[in-house]
Amino acid sequence: MPVDSLWLSIPLILPFFATAVLLCLGRASERLRLGLCAVTCLMMLAASVVILQQLSVQPVMVLNAGDWPVPLGITLVADLFSASMVIITALIGLVVSIYAIGAGTARFRGYFTPLFMAMLFGVNGAFLTGDLFNLYVWFEVMLMSSFILIALPGGRRQLQGALKYLVLNFIASLFFLIGLGVLYGLVGTLNMSDLALKLANHPDQLTVRSTAVLFLVAFGIKAGMFPFYFWLPSSYHVTPTPVAAVFAALLTKVGVYALVRAFALVFHGQQEFIGDILLPLGILTMLTGVLGAASQFYIPRILSFHIISQIGYMVVGLAFFTKAAMAATVFYVLHHILVKANLFLIGGIIGRKLGTQALKKTGGLYQHAPALAVLFLIPAMSLGGIPPLSGFFAKFALIREGIALNAWFTVFMASAVGLLTLYSMIKIWNEAFWKSPPSGEPIRMRPVPWTMTLPAIGLALCTVLFGLFPGTFFAFAERAADQLMNPSIYTEAVSGKSMPTPNAP
Amino acid sequence: MGFTLSQHKIMISQLLPIVIGVLFACGCYLVMQRQLVRVLLGLILLGQGANLLIFSGAGLTQNNPPVIPPDALTIEGAAADPLPQALVLTAIVIGFAVLAFAIALVLRTYQKSRSGDINTYTHSED
Repeated sequence: MPVDSLWLSIPLILPFFATAVLLCLGRASERLRLGLCAVTCLMMLAASVVILQQLSVQPVMVLNAGDWPVPLGITLVADLFSASMVIITALIGLVVSIYAIGAGTARFRGYFTPLFMAMLFGVNGAFLTGDLFNLYVWFEVMLMSSFILIALPGGRRQLQGALKYLVLNFIASLFFLIGLGVLYGLVGTLNMSDLALKLANHPDQLTVRSTAVLFLVAFGIKAGMFPFYFWLPSSYHVTPTPVAAVFAALLTKVGVYALVRAFALVFHGQQEFIGDILLPLGILTMLTGVLGAASQFYIPRILSFHIISQIGYMVVGLAFFTKAAMAATVFYVLHHILVKANLFLIGGIIGRKLGTQALKKTGGLYQHAPALAVLFLIPAMSLGGIPPLSGFFAKFALIREGIALNAWFTVFMASAVGLLTLYSMIKIWNEAFWKSPPSGEPIRMRPVPWTMTLPAIGLALCTVLFGLFPGTFFAFAERAADQLMNPSIYTEAVSGKSMPTPNAP
Repeated sequence: MGFTLSQHKIMISQLLPIVIGVLFACGCYLVMQRQLVRVLLGLILLGQGANLLIFSGAGLTQNNPPVIPPDALTIEGAAADPLPQALVLTAIVIGFAVLAFAIALVLRTYQKSRSGDINTYTHSED
C-alpha cells in the first residue's frame, strides 16, 4: 500500500464536520446525535489505524498544507507517538459517546455533542501538528470547548470551577505566546523541525534556555504539574461524568504530549538543564497529588487528584531522558488514558446506582452488585500498579530505569506513591463496596442502562489486554521512544536535514 | 518637535519594551487581586502585553512593507517580516474570543455567587 500523507487530515476533518452537522441538527434527539458522535469516532479510529499502519512503511508521515514548502506553511506530522495518541483519542471518544447515551446530557441543553466533537478536533490537531504556533491554536480550540463544557450546566459549583480553570489556563496560554514571540525573534521560524535544527547549536544559549523554561511553565500548567496544578482538582469533578472522563483522559495528556514534543524535539540540546528542573517537579507532582487524594471522600475528586499524581510519573520518565525511560513514559500515557477514563466512568455508574458519589453515603455495593465490584477492581488495581495489569508494567519500566540510573530517591518515591495510590483505591473499595450502607436499612439500587456499563467493560478489557500482552505494547512504546530520542528521524522527514552534532560546551 | 521619521521609529522601538513591561506589571498586580473584575482586567492587560511582545518579537525594522509591486515577481531589497503580524492577528482574535467568554462567565458567576470576592468561591472545592 503506498503511503498517502493525506490520511493525516482525516482525524481533523471528521470531527470538524461532525461539529458543523451537530450544530445544524438543532431539533434532533440527543440519542441520534450521540450516535453520530460514536460513528464519527469509529471512522476516526479507522483512519488513525491506517495512519499507524502506514508508519510501518515510513517512520514519519508529513503533510504540508497547501503544498507550501517547510517551514513556510503549516505542517501536519505523525510519528508513532502522535499516531498512537490519535488512536486512543478516537477510542475514548467512542466510549464516552456511548456512555453519554445512558448517562444523559440534559444539563448541557443540547450543546454537549458539538462541543465534544470540537474538543476532539482540538486534541487531534494538537497531536498531529508540526508547527509550534499551530499547536497554540489547537490548544485554544480544545480549551474554548472545554471552558463551555464545564460552565454550561450553570450551577454555582460549575461556574466557579470554570472560572478557576479559565483564568489559569489563560495564563498558561500567555506563557506559551510569550515563548513563541521570543522564539520567533530569536530564530525566525516556528516549525518544530526547523526550530530543532536552528536551536541545536544556537550561540545565545541563555535566551534558548529561558524560552525553554517559558514553555515548561506553559505546558506544565496544562499538564497539571506541580506547582501549577491547582485548577485541576477544583474544576474536573464539578462536571457530569462523561465530560469529566474525557477531560481526565485527554486534556492533561495533551499537556504531557506537548512537554515531550518540546523537550525531546524542539529543545533537544537542553535535555540536561530541563531534566534537572523536571525531575524534582515530577517527584513533587506525584507526591502532592497522591497526598491530596488521601484526604478526599468524593470519588471524582479523589480521581482528579490521582491524575496529578500519575502525571508525575510521566514527567519523571521524560526527566530521565533515556530511551527506556521515554518508552516507559509513552506506555504510561497510553495506559493512564484508558484506566483513568474507566475509573471516572465507573464512578459515574456508582453514582447512578446509589444516587451519590460521596463515600460517606455509599456502601453495600459488593453485596448487591458484585459484577460492578469486579469491574471497578480491574482499573483500580491497574492504577495502583498490581501485576499483571497494565499499571504494573508502566511503573515497573520506570522504576527499573531509575535503578539503572542509580536514582534511588526517585525510585523510593515512585514506589511509595504507588502504595499510597493503592491506599486511595482501597479506600474507595472499602467505602463504596465493602462496608454496609451507612443508614443500616436496605438500600435501593437504581437500574443502570447497558450503554453505561458496556463502555466501562470495553475499557477494562483494553486494560487487561495491555496486561496480558505487555511485550507487544512495550515493543511498540520502545519504537516510539526510539523516534523521540533520535530527533534526526523527525527532522529528516520534515526538513530533509539531520540534527547537527552538538558543539562541545 | 523636530524629529525625523527614522528618529521616531527608533524611539518607538525603544519605547515598546517599556510599554510591554508596564502592561505585564499592571496585569500581574491585577490578576493577584481578590476582586473578580480586577482579575479580568488583569487578564486583558496581560493578553495585550503578550500580543505586543510577539509584534515586536521579530524586531522593528525600517524596511519597506512586504508588498510585491504589480510588475514584479519578487520583492526588491529588504522588506519587513509580515509573519509576526499574522501571528499577532491570530493571537488577538483568539484572545478576544476567550475574553468575551470570560466576561460572560464572570458576570454569571457573580450573579450566582452573589459576591465578587474570589476568596468566597469555595463551592467548587466540595
